[in-house]
Amino acid sequence: MNHILVANKVSKRYGDHTALQNVSIEIPKNSIYGLLGPNGAGKTTLIRIINQITYPDQGEVLFEGEPLRSEHIAQIGYLPEERGLYKSMKVGEQALYLAQLKGLSKNDAKQRLKYWFDRLDIGNWWNKKIQELSKGMAQKIQFIVTVLHEPKLLIFDEPFSGFDPINANIIKDEILQLKENGTSIIFSTHRMESVEELCEHIALIHRSEKILDGKLSDIKQAFKKNIFKVAVDTNAPYGLLDQLKNSFTILDSATSQGQLDFSVQLVNGTSNELLNFLGTQGTIKSFTETIPSANEIFIRTVAKQGVIDE
Amino acid sequence: MSKLSLIIKREYFAKVRNKSFVIMTFLSPFLMVGMIVLIAYLTKLNDNEKRIIAVLNESDFFANEFITSESTSFVKFRDITLQEAKDSTLNMGYYGLVYLPNESDLEKVSQRSFFYSKDAPSTNTLERLERIFKERLKQERLREFGISASEYAEMDSTYELNISTFDGEHNLKGINEIKAIIGGGFGYLIMIFIIIYGGFVMRSVIEEKTSRIIEVIISSVKPFQLMLGKIIGTSLAGITQFGIWIVSGGVLLIVSMAIFNIDPADLSSGGSGPGMGAAQNPIMASADSDMILYAQEIMDIPWVLLVFFFLIYFILGYLIYSSIYAAIGAAVDNETDTQQFIFPIILPLMLAIYVGFFSVFSNPHGPIAVGFSLFPLTSPIVMLMRLPGGIGEGGVPIWQLVSSILILIFTFIGIVWLAAKIYRVGILMYGKRPSYKELLKWLKY
Repeated sequence: MNHILVANKVSKRYGDHTALQNVSIEIPKNSIYGLLGPNGAGKTTLIRIINQITYPDQGEVLFEGEPLRSEHIAQIGYLPEERGLYKSMKVGEQALYLAQLKGLSKNDAKQRLKYWFDRLDIGNWWNKKIQELSKGMAQKIQFIVTVLHEPKLLIFDEPFSGFDPINANIIKDEILQLKENGTSIIFSTHRMESVEELCEHIALIHRSEKILDGKLSDIKQAFKKNIFKVAVDTNAPYGLLDQLKNSFTILDSATSQGQLDFSVQLVNGTSNELLNFLGTQGTIKSFTETIPSANEIFIRTVAKQGVIDE
Repeated sequence: MSKLSLIIKREYFAKVRNKSFVIMTFLSPFLMVGMIVLIAYLTKLNDNEKRIIAVLNESDFFANEFITSESTSFVKFRDITLQEAKDSTLNMGYYGLVYLPNESDLEKVSQRSFFYSKDAPSTNTLERLERIFKERLKQERLREFGISASEYAEMDSTYELNISTFDGEHNLKGINEIKAIIGGGFGYLIMIFIIIYGGFVMRSVIEEKTSRIIEVIISSVKPFQLMLGKIIGTSLAGITQFGIWIVSGGVLLIVSMAIFNIDPADLSSGGSGPGMGAAQNPIMASADSDMILYAQEIMDIPWVLLVFFFLIYFILGYLIYSSIYAAIGAAVDNETDTQQFIFPIILPLMLAIYVGFFSVFSNPHGPIAVGFSLFPLTSPIVMLMRLPGGIGEGGVPIWQLVSSILILIFTFIGIVWLAAKIYRVGILMYGKRPSYKELLKWLKY
């Protein structure tokens, strides 16, 4: 059993509005799973179903192979996008309360809080009220209470919003560390560069349906179009470009003093042919295949399905 | 510790530690008692103001009837014209002038007498003057009929029809009202409690929405648990506050009554008609025995049962209303949006109080009283007004009590179920004020 969570043809309707339509995803253990999609696609609904905040109309969700039960709540940590804390409650008291709601005993919660407060260097905040803290500081507390009960599955919805770059990095490292320690993580975001950095698997939800999922590297392979970026040192860049245009599909090009840069779309398996030819014409400075970024895949896939609703 | 008790504990302490709550808890008794003392003091001051009234008597009939009393003194004018008398009354700053013209008989004198004053005279003063005339006329007639004053006093016996239930229990006039007031007191308490602490529940839900902690919490607990914990925690805080108010208010009241030397009777009978004072003396003895009967009757009110049913109606009524308040809090984004939803809640409460005071007072077992004591949104208040009359024969029929409670329980289950649904959907909805139509749609989610 390699999956921490499996959703099987989950559908959810609100009145006439369909929030999820037959969505199936499989989240492997001990990995970071990116849940992507434009606003209003249904990501939050799916996350809420996993957290048992709301229930699917059809389909089922399995947690470690068992249908989702209320006991599983203690195994899941959730950092919602719309998040906050009681403003007039003291930091320590509040963290203890939230930890106890997740089923920790008071003493356990205290010990772990002390550990985390030291780790993130915020030990002296214990008796402050949330309203005295800055937004970024409150976000740190929020992160701690999400992971404190050491759940098997963590769900982060836009975890970096509200953080400055330095603290965002600290949190990113913590997330990677949690994964190292064996936690499975669902990561929902619009920030594709962090998807690129963190996620091994992704699923793309658009207009209530899953339109793409799999290993990020596999998806990239599938999305690449045999486009290569080439730079060649040559005495006659213009002549070379004309020659190339006769036998290859040149997408764009730039010439400068003694150098030709161009992108080319090759038919499968013809890269050696090109290399050989170029070798006779000049010195090859670089030859790289262009792999589409997550951002590109996102936009291309969604655009294919129709306009992004905003 | 179970999640529910954790939530209750948090809600309780969040409320009790709140600064404005603490201030209200300890300031309110002072304000209330201060107000009562002030009113009593002012009433006393008002009574102490002495009025001077000039009397110009041109007739032969009144001589020593105008007796200076504690609150009014009379100054007699002699041998001046009416105009001069008016002028000097004004000049001297007296309260007014009584003018008795010279006529052939008392009847005519009385009919043509006038009271002149700068402003419209107070009813107290008028009544006092009218009593003087009445008394004089009565004496005159008695003299005409040849009856002595003592003979008359014997004749002037008061009479009240004895009333009794069929099984021979002695009944007292007005006891229904007294009982309804006692029950009404309980009902009123429920209403006040619902309005104050229901509002607290609502604001606390709104706070969770605006601070956006709600989704964090309900990923750990069921929305229904949160709602229930909130209602219970807030009401425990409310009971704490009420308890402090009652104890400290009572102590303060007694202490300040002693300090300012205020007779509690001043408050209840303050300014009640002088007619009563005049009539009371001869029948004082019988009044005393009636008082004992009234006391007896009040002691006979089934207090234990009353308190027992008070608790039942209080808990059920409060839970019904506060879950509606919680649902409202969940449906809106900020407090200003709550108005349109709150009015329909306050309405049945007000209706219960007014219907209770008007119709239960006059007839505790009439159709209106019965109807409203069965209707679940008003029954907690109206039924409590009826209950001091007893249960069973002569009081509230058992079937009515049982069905009223059963209806209330079913309504409670229904309303809490509906409210929980609205709550569950509403707490995750941001940014728009829902219409009633939308709320109905939420019930289907």
